[in-house]
Amino acid sequence: MNIELGHFALVLAFALAVVQTCVPIIGGRMRSELLMRVGEPAAITGFALIALSFATLVLAYVQSDFSVLNVWENSHAAKPLLFKITGTWGNHEGSMLLWVLILSFFGALVAVFGRNLPLSLRANVLGVQGAIGCAFLLFILVTSNPFTRLSPAPMQGKDLNPILQDIGLAVHPPLLYLGYVGFSIAFSFAIAALIEGRIDAAWARWVRPWTLAAWMFLTGGIAMGSYWAYYELGWGGFWFWDPVENASLLPWLGGTALLHSALVMEKRSALKIWTVLLAILTFSLSLLGTFLVRSGVLTSVHAFATDPARGVFILAILVLFIGGSLALFAWRAASLSAGGLFQPISREGALVLNNLLLTTATATVLIGTLYPLLIEAVIGDKISVGPPFFNLTFGPLMLPLLVIVPFGPLLAWKRADLWAAAQRLFAAFGAALLVALLSYALVDQASVLAALGIGLGVWLVLGALTDLVFKSGLGKVPAAVAWRRLAGLPRSVFGTALAHSGLGLTMIGIVSVTALQAERIVAMQPGDTVEIRGHVLRFDSLRPFTGPNYTEDQALFVLTRTTGAERGTIVSSKRLYPARQMPTTEAGIKTLGLSQLYVSLGDKTPSGSLVVRIWWKPLVTLIWLGALVMMAGGAVSLLDRRLRVGAPMPRKAMAAAARGGNA
Amino acid sequence: MRAVQPDEVLSDPALEQRARDLSAELRCMVCQNQSIDDSDAELARDLRILVRDRLEAGDSNEQVLDYIVARYGEFVLLKPRLNVKTVLLWSAPLLFLLIGGSVLLANARQRRKSAQPTLSKDEEARLDRILNDRD
Repeated sequence: MNIELGHFALVLAFALAVVQTCVPIIGGRMRSELLMRVGEPAAITGFALIALSFATLVLAYVQSDFSVLNVWENSHAAKPLLFKITGTWGNHEGSMLLWVLILSFFGALVAVFGRNLPLSLRANVLGVQGAIGCAFLLFILVTSNPFTRLSPAPMQGKDLNPILQDIGLAVHPPLLYLGYVGFSIAFSFAIAALIEGRIDAAWARWVRPWTLAAWMFLTGGIAMGSYWAYYELGWGGFWFWDPVENASLLPWLGGTALLHSALVMEKRSALKIWTVLLAILTFSLSLLGTFLVRSGVLTSVHAFATDPARGVFILAILVLFIGGSLALFAWRAASLSAGGLFQPISREGALVLNNLLLTTATATVLIGTLYPLLIEAVIGDKISVGPPFFNLTFGPLMLPLLVIVPFGPLLAWKRADLWAAAQRLFAAFGAALLVALLSYALVDQASVLAALGIGLGVWLVLGALTDLVFKSGLGKVPAAVAWRRLAGLPRSVFGTALAHSGLGLTMIGIVSVTALQAERIVAMQPGDTVEIRGHVLRFDSLRPFTGPNYTEDQALFVLTRTTGAERGTIVSSKRLYPARQMPTTEAGIKTLGLSQLYVSLGDKTPSGSLVVRIWWKPLVTLIWLGALVMMAGGAVSLLDRRLRVGAPMPRKAMAAAARGGNA
Repeated sequence: MRAVQPDEVLSDPALEQRARDLSAELRCMVCQNQSIDDSDAELARDLRILVRDRLEAGDSNEQVLDYIVARYGEFVLLKPRLNVKTVLLWSAPLLFLLIGGSVLLANARQRRKSAQPTLSKDEEARLDRILNDRD
């Protein structure tokens, strides 16, 4: 009964989405306030209905109701409760339902928090949100219904793919979707602006926090996915340039560009048309990502099912939204007035360069990802485009961008003095150079390139801090004054500094682990030891273990320093999930400072030894810690009062503004 | 995960490193987006051993790749070779950068032209006088 309730709620939500699409937009054309106001209750009720529908599916999973086809296919009564819940979106149908749930959640947020938006803008934004909702709800109802019944109901389910039975599934897809779908708000605002033919700095101020929030979630989602792959897949890679990974990186790159161009638009009313185009492109890349992953065009652990009907349906949605929005852009963009002027050497100029490099990198990754499909479709040849291609093209494009990042915040708007900014960065540059020289001299195995890469990471971190030092006047004014000034700086200044230094930390982690990691592949018997980078790993014993829905062989290792100091134990195992007869490797990972020792088990050799692969991964955790710092930067920036539309100005800030204290 | 097995590792570290670098550029054709260096498939193992055999026989890196492409086709290369089919792929970043850059330049130039000083000679002279008077 419950499950039919969920199904019915979803159908109702679809009908409501049709209303949400048509009525407010028509109301906007007719200038009818009454019709325009329909958007809000429709968006909020639509969210409630989809939430109800989602909840019934989660309940069916928790209760292991195998009379529901979707539950039977992807669950098992013996599965731990957490994985029963997360398993709801560990399959195609459920994950699409999560997608629309988040979409309608964002729509409801606009309805609730957008009360101070001009009525017509709000109506159009909600209308466009409704249209996206319509398309995907129809997609679920027609091709991917999670509520299909199965009769007679089997006694036991087929279990969830063991690789997905991990805490990662609880975090990675929801974060990723919050990011993907969050960009729909920027998209809806862009389309609304095109429909109205009007756009101003206030528009950018509304779009920026939404974009920032989406970017933050996407950063977290990608980082989480990367760490998950790192520990779960068992060979210690953190990024594979897999098409599905690229599908998430593309909107991230586009969103990063959008974040920066929206800044120019908000502060200087320049780059209006470009910002609108970027908003459209970023969400288009999110849709493309959804298509690539969900259609089965690409096969991977993410593509749960392949069904041509679904692919064609999503392709149709893609063509409709991307084609439609770009056509609207071509038709209406000219009506948007161009904005303020600026010299090439200025904050705006630096942000334009940022956008040029980021969009080029986006285009490169996009072309690299789609090129094999294209070649196969056009001339029927099969070629591969893999990690070596992306490293050779994406890397050189990112390099100049990373070099100029610290300059950006130090440049003035409109017209800047590059030499003055460079002088301020001398200290950061000197320190970065010193670190590069030291790592070249002191770390064996460090190549010139690796040393320079680490230096570049340090340059990013210190360059970001330099901005704070100069904005607070540290060293020039008494410490107490500098401290007061620092505390009085807008939060977004801290946000920028955090995000940029997070980027630097990630850079250091990537360079360090790529260039300096050590690897041992050995066949071991209990009692054998192996030495790696100042550590000795002793294979202690192998013992069987039975989990709730798996059995495993656990290998126990004891880690000591070569000096003899104890560093604890590591358990690494090979697991078998009998329901799917699928083996997985559960790597044993020991975090030592910022570095990790990674132990992964292989097969038994004919002589009875166990093949063990051991990696020393120096500073590897910085890759993900950097992403967390970037997220923190986004969060701090979001808390900036200036981003909260309509938030009353505190008296102090008002007084500062009156004094002309424009930092 | 099996990937490289202890019994595959060559005794010469330099040769082994070359084998590893080559393996990272070769696709395991029965896997999803894995190089033979990462893969635990039988076929990947066969290819890894083949790469090492060729290297021990004295082949250069290029010769090893040629040898494998001749048997398995270009699909096996994770770094596609530059040819008529892939020229668009390899030139894409540079093309995009050039096109983007020139659009920006053209835009800036046009802006500057349309933002030409709107003051006439007379007005400028007057402005100068006013500004000088202030000193």
